Amino acid sequence: MKFLKFLFVGIFFGIVLVKSEAVSWFRIYEMFRFQSFHMYGIIGTAVASGILFLQIAKKGHIKSIKGADIFVPKKDNGLIRYIVGGIIFGFGWALIGACPGPMYILLGTGVWSMIVVIAAATLGTFIYGVLKNKLPH
Amino acid sequence: MESLLNPWPWYVSGPLIALVMALLLYFGKTFGMSSNLRTLCAIGGAGKISNFFKFNWRDQAWNLTVVLGAIIGGYIAVQYLSNNSGTDLNPKTAAELKTMGFENPGSTLVPNEIFGLDILTTPKGVLLLVIGGLLVGFGTRYADGCTSGHAITGLSSLQKPSLIAVIGFFIGGLIMTNFILPLLF
Repeated sequence: MKFLKFLFVGIFFGIVLVKSEAVSWFRIYEMFRFQSFHMYGIIGTAVASGILFLQIAKKGHIKSIKGADIFVPKKDNGLIRYIVGGIIFGFGWALIGACPGPMYILLGTGVWSMIVVIAAATLGTFIYGVLKNKLPH
Repeated sequence: MESLLNPWPWYVSGPLIALVMALLLYFGKTFGMSSNLRTLCAIGGAGKISNFFKFNWRDQAWNLTVVLGAIIGGYIAVQYLSNNSGTDLNPKTAAELKTMGFENPGSTLVPNEIFGLDILTTPKGVLLLVIGGLLVGFGTRYADGCTSGHAITGLSSLQKPSLIAVIGFFIGGLIMTNFILPLLF
């Protein structure tokens, strides 16, 4: 079962995000009001650990399961798409308190209205795909 | 056991999120949850309308499996790994939200005032969820990533585009929370 490992990573991810309260609408609100260190602590230590992991991997000490180099795809250079797209994403993130991972996780916790959000987010991605060539990137 | 059932501190949670990224890289994949929205479009036949969705979605089946796992993980976390202790919000935040009309801030993961099923019967309630979803879905693809792809993976690999995107996330989030939410509630 080559998919089983991905199922387990997903389960682990879901548990961590609920227990860390990163899926909490209230924690996102608190973060954007600068009233708590909690979310900054999570993102900060996640990025610090991530940097450490990738630096060790880069030195060749960690290989992938197939023995290949650990590889992070490079994002294209650009400015407008990242800043404008980022701001639009930020509006939605702060409004519904959930980014794409937590949307699914919250559905699992029993927040059924997330189905509406996920459907709308899929539609939003579809609209981007249709307008893609007309947008500045 | 009690420390497992209580909310986990940030210095435990952060490194564990990095572990998710590390595991996916170890398996030869990348951590990016928003890509699944594009895959859902492709499955729905959006490739007929835009080339952006013309790809073999089966290549993304591993990521949909992560999504399925995440849903199960959310269920396990609230059913078996919680003691309903609630979120220990800053009292200032809680007081502020109460004056905005949110009852019992932090007692649940999401406010009933936005996500309660009875809210779905009001036009304002449906509109907020739909607009929020549209903004996230459109913005994440325009920005080429979300919190997992840019804030965690992109920043960890020291990529400038991801730093720009994360700055964008925060500009948008700060404007929404500080200036637009108070008008809505």
